Amino acid sequence: MSDPLLQVSGLCKRFDGREVLSGVSLDVRRGSVFSVIGPSGAGKSVLLKCIAGILLPDSGEIRFDGRPWTDAAARADFRRRCSFLFQNNALFDSLTALENVALPLEQTTRLSNREIRARSLDALRQLEIEDAADRHPGQLSGGMQKRLALARAIVTRPELVFFDEPTAGLDPLRRNAVFAMIARYQRQLGFTALIVTHDLSEALVTSDRVALLDGGRIRFEGASEEFFQSDDPVIRDFRDSVQVLGSTVASIRNSDPS
Amino acid sequence: MHLVVQLLGRQTLFAISRLGDFALFLGGSLRAVVGARRLPRRVLRAVYEQGALCLPVILIVGAFTGMVLGLQGYHVLNRFGSEGLLGTLVSLSLVRELAPVLAALMLVGQAGSALAAELGIQRNSEQITALETMGVDSLGYLVTPRLLSAILVFPLQTALFAAVGLWGGSLSGSVLMGLEPGIYWSSVERAIGSGDLRECFLKAVTFGILTTAICAYHGFNAHRCRSATGARAVSASTTWAVVHSSIAVLAVDYVITSFFVRS
Repeated sequence: MSDPLLQVSGLCKRFDGREVLSGVSLDVRRGSVFSVIGPSGAGKSVLLKCIAGILLPDSGEIRFDGRPWTDAAARADFRRRCSFLFQNNALFDSLTALENVALPLEQTTRLSNREIRARSLDALRQLEIEDAADRHPGQLSGGMQKRLALARAIVTRPELVFFDEPTAGLDPLRRNAVFAMIARYQRQLGFTALIVTHDLSEALVTSDRVALLDGGRIRFEGASEEFFQSDDPVIRDFRDSVQVLGSTVASIRNSDPS
Repeated sequence: MHLVVQLLGRQTLFAISRLGDFALFLGGSLRAVVGARRLPRRVLRAVYEQGALCLPVILIVGAFTGMVLGLQGYHVLNRFGSEGLLGTLVSLSLVRELAPVLAALMLVGQAGSALAAELGIQRNSEQITALETMGVDSLGYLVTPRLLSAILVFPLQTALFAAVGLWGGSLSGSVLMGLEPGIYWSSVERAIGSGDLRECFLKAVTFGILTTAICAYHGFNAHRCRSATGARAVSASTTWAVVHSSIAVLAVDYVITSFFVRS
């Protein structure tokens, strides 16, 4: 078992007196895919943004590679070694696909223009969108935009990539494709992935470990197989929700319209 | 009465805290010059936006301002038989006051509002947050190039405004009203001193930094808009950017003018 790359302990966050995270603790192991699942409004995105430093937690500790990122130097090191893939991709619509991917290299490294171009094209090639290098994000399909956002996230060769609801708003086929893409590139490039999602089945299949966040607390943390076997009523309800929906829809269809 | 005092106090505290916040924003944007990467390319793009794209409006407004000044000035001076001083009137009005103020207001209307809206949309679509997660200094990347460009572009646009305005004054006074062009241009030459040019330059640079920073501040903080969210927040931020910049131009113009008048 590899050592934890990211350790979160006792994380709390309140908004206008309402507690969104109540003492959340997680261990994300190096080179693994870790998914945080839970219903909408459970605080998943807030948790991810607190860990990534976008939001400031009220209390708790975050350790990256054994170091708490409390001082500016540790935070800068954390930023350099991590990437974030936003729910809405957050691509720069006035830049081309190539310029979008090159941006973090241009602004955070001292590589030459030739090296930046080569690495950016390489990232686009890995994500199979090199033909779209000169197009703007608005001219790309939803799936291609997602791949472009991932290309931008991996071009700096990060050790940890945060995925905030990577399949939000996508149809089931595209959802599968996005999770397959994450799993494939995670294996290929070796980064650690922390995914926040409400797509239970895809997350369970793709992840090494999962955590269920409900009401600002971690209700479960363990391997995907353990999640399937758990007898906890909340987990059972969440796990069975897909089947419940299926049977509800079937009963509506079979019922007499009059 | 109690409620009015409470409201006044709250608004005053809010205004002071926003002023402090703005000062930190401006300081951070200027400080970012030191660590900003690949700045020249971004400054060039900002020069294109504030310079080339705003050139037509500067030329048109400058020409009409000069023409109106020439027309009004000729009729007033003619009553006293002093139409020979038309060049003095037009040049001093333009160089000391109208060129820096009107050029700044035109640039706020076109480039400043566009900057506030662009940054507001970038804030709303998490592009600014994305920059921060990449470890990029968002002020250095988005605001600093615009401030540097403003230091360069505002004086140039002001000079162009004044030049075209002088030509407009000559068009009205000489071509339409029949004043000898030599008289007009020689009075222009005699009227403008180095102090007037210094005042004009200082105003242009100050207005450039101030209005660009105000517009950028409003766009950058569109998510903190108290009265609206989403697209309406961007719209409100753009409106406030133009309103606050225009007020700042007129207020600072008064301060600089009073300083130069005394000296």
